[in-house]
Amino acid sequence: MNNLLFEPWPWYTSGLLIALIMLLLILWGKTFGFSSNFRTVCAACGLGSRIPFFNFEWKSTSWNLLFALGALIGGYLATHFLGGNKPPQLSAGALADLDRLGLLAPQSFQPEEIFNFKYLFTLRGFFVLVVGGFLVGFGTRWAGGCTSGHAISGLSNLQWPSLLAVIGFFAGGLVTTWFIWPLLGF
Amino acid sequence: MAIVRILNSKKMFKTLKFILAGIVFGIIMIKSQAASWYRIREMFLFESFHMFGIIGTAVAAGIIGIYLIKKCSDREKIKEAVGLKPKEHGIWRYLLGGTIFGIGWALTGACPGPMVVNFGSGYAAMAVVILAAIAGTAFYGIIKNKLPH
Repeated sequence: MNNLLFEPWPWYTSGLLIALIMLLLILWGKTFGFSSNFRTVCAACGLGSRIPFFNFEWKSTSWNLLFALGALIGGYLATHFLGGNKPPQLSAGALADLDRLGLLAPQSFQPEEIFNFKYLFTLRGFFVLVVGGFLVGFGTRWAGGCTSGHAISGLSNLQWPSLLAVIGFFAGGLVTTWFIWPLLGF
Repeated sequence: MAIVRILNSKKMFKTLKFILAGIVFGIIMIKSQAASWYRIREMFLFESFHMFGIIGTAVAAGIIGIYLIKKCSDREKIKEAVGLKPKEHGIWRYLLGGTIFGIGWALTGACPGPMVVNFGSGYAAMAVVILAAIAGTAFYGIIKNKLPH
């Protein structure tokens, strides 16, 4: 039992648990969609006075900020107490790909050569941390949701706009993975 | 005893339950490794079934769960949430917005949830990603009316 908890969890338990979280939120009268928090933060910072899109009753969505606070705590707990910082065991093909990108095989949960302030002003660091983050925030609001809102909630509710969004997610992701990443040498 | 009384007070529970759900979500994201840049890259390379398995299982279980809730519940609030605010009409917003999101997803290896989860795990540089995402959302709000939806 102990080992099961401390080893990485298999895909089927993880997928089931994610669905349970989504269903639990529905039973509490809420919808699972994480990226709405970015809009809420913009509204809470007072952007609503100048930009109509952020002029809404953001306090009614503050439950989602609590959920985000929990996610942050959960990340801390899993990493420090449940052995969550183990490097992922990748396939041989994925390892060869890392080598082509000039990255080491996983030493930890995330590539240290990317997620570190040291690399913020390298081409790769800037593209990942700043440009990547910006595009996630911009795209998710334009599409009206992220992986949780569209791929999980929307598809589970058989909403066709979510299928379009997920097709977009993969179109953008595949082009970036295969054609943009190789250009981001250093 | 004091703790029991605090937990019993309804308002406190309303706050705590969302934090608790978030904690479980954060733990799942780390323990499933769905929050790892490596796993997202592996998914887009079609080098592993792992992420497809996670999303596929979640959607399959979600479809069954939502169907059951729709059938069995008649509480107004739940019905409203199950409606999941019928998505707005349009094609471009989903395809183009989704594509932009996908580019960002493959760069950062993190969607919005995992960004926050990783920050919690101790990747302080994720703060940059989160701030950039908030800036991206603000920028969308500014130019919203000029974009096709």
